[in-house]
Amino acid sequence: MRELTLPISEADIRALHAGEIVSLSGVVVTARDMAHKYLVEHFIHREPASDERALYEEIRALLRNGGIYHCGPVMKRHGETWQMVAGGPTTSSREEEYADSIIEHFGVRVIIGKGGMGGRTKSACLKHGAVYLHAVGGAAALIAQSVKEVTGVWKLEFGMPEAMWQLRISGLRLVVTIDAHGRNWHEEIANASEQVLQSLLAELGG
Amino acid sequence: MNTPVIVADLIELIKRTATDLPGPIEAAVIQARKREAQGSPAWDALRVIEENITLARQKATPICQDTGTLNFFIDYPTGWSTLALSEQVRTATAEATRLSILRPNAVDGITGENSGDNLGEGQPNIYWQEWTKPYLRVRLLLKGGGCENMGRQYALPDARLQAKRDLAGVRRVLLDAVHQAQGQGCAPGVLGVCIGGDRSQGYVEAKRQLLRPLHDANADPALAALEDRVLREANSLGIGPMGFGGKTTLLGVKIGALHRLPASYFVTVSYMCWAYRKHELMWHAEGVVEYA
Repeated sequence: MRELTLPISEADIRALHAGEIVSLSGVVVTARDMAHKYLVEHFIHREPASDERALYEEIRALLRNGGIYHCGPVMKRHGETWQMVAGGPTTSSREEEYADSIIEHFGVRVIIGKGGMGGRTKSACLKHGAVYLHAVGGAAALIAQSVKEVTGVWKLEFGMPEAMWQLRISGLRLVVTIDAHGRNWHEEIANASEQVLQSLLAELGG
Repeated sequence: MNTPVIVADLIELIKRTATDLPGPIEAAVIQARKREAQGSPAWDALRVIEENITLARQKATPICQDTGTLNFFIDYPTGWSTLALSEQVRTATAEATRLSILRPNAVDGITGENSGDNLGEGQPNIYWQEWTKPYLRVRLLLKGGGCENMGRQYALPDARLQAKRDLAGVRRVLLDAVHQAQGQGCAPGVLGVCIGGDRSQGYVEAKRQLLRPLHDANADPALAALEDRVLREANSLGIGPMGFGGKTTLLGVKIGALHRLPASYFVTVSYMCWAYRKHELMWHAEGVVEYA
């Protein structure tokens, strides 16, 4: 099993192929529906406002050659620090309309989620050198064990699931399902299952 | 009579449901892994799921971070106050959230603002039924958003799928629903299905079907046969655990029926993920509470 560490180079990303199981370490940032909309609307579609410039720079520094995790965790506060109680992936397809511009603008190399993503993300992975890594949906207790430290949080006002948590992970097992060579496993399986479906439905009256 | 105070029992029910996957579902996951090629992504995903189930139970932490909509199905003896019980369900829900058993999961429908305690308009969700038994039964189904988003409702006839108003037509739309979901509802899943009713009744009955034991037999032989067939055929689609490809896409299919208007023939599908979290309590008297 290949070991990957964030931040990661484009060359290391291009060495990966769909279907491979990998182990990921480093700092990732959680982002789901509100965060994606926020990043695109506040930083990509316009110049960052002066009172958000510092935040933008921080986010940009962490995401460059870094990773976004589609996750809305259960967190527990211990004084000044946070601990992840449960944190599996959320469905990634909801972020399809944002992912390509975020990959391009921030230089994100790794997107972690579940359920796969579509054609726009696949193209962005191919063009900019990024991959989609599939975590096991629902495996929240186990994944929380791979989170060694919650190093910070942005936009906590979005609420616990939607905030951007910075997580130092170690040895998180993931499957490459969209690679930087134009392969999208999810499309391939959807197409193959469509063939089977059509043959089952060909039995009219069935 | 005065309605008893059962808040602590309700918190225990929520905790068990969020953290302890029912045995038959765990066993079905283990069986599913044995059918996959060892070392394949599908096999690996099922192994991760098994480890996660064990770990969540040991540590009493949520199986899935999306602790879902709290769907309470409550059968209460004559004379009990649903108003008082509903207040207790709300208290227990807020307390379970404070204890990190539940994620704060209720956001304002328009602004998205999180209420912080899982309380809000329509949350938690309670289905009431008065019954003649002397005890209270509370069944809880926690259903996350990923699988709930994969639910569907078909109005037959459906021209695209050539689905007519008969069980053959129902089969066609159910296979379509599984195909459209791919791995996005956290396969391997379970289908709860309602044939008939109006649109809103269909979704409620489809969820109610999910309360059936995983391996029970449908009392209607025609529906039992349809359940078996759809399960077998869905598993031939090759979608597999998490949509990684593989032999197990569904763990079960549960189909019920309601009367309908002559003009309407709805088939409603509720997709439940593998994290099929349900438990129940039977409250007989103070300190006499059975969990299942």
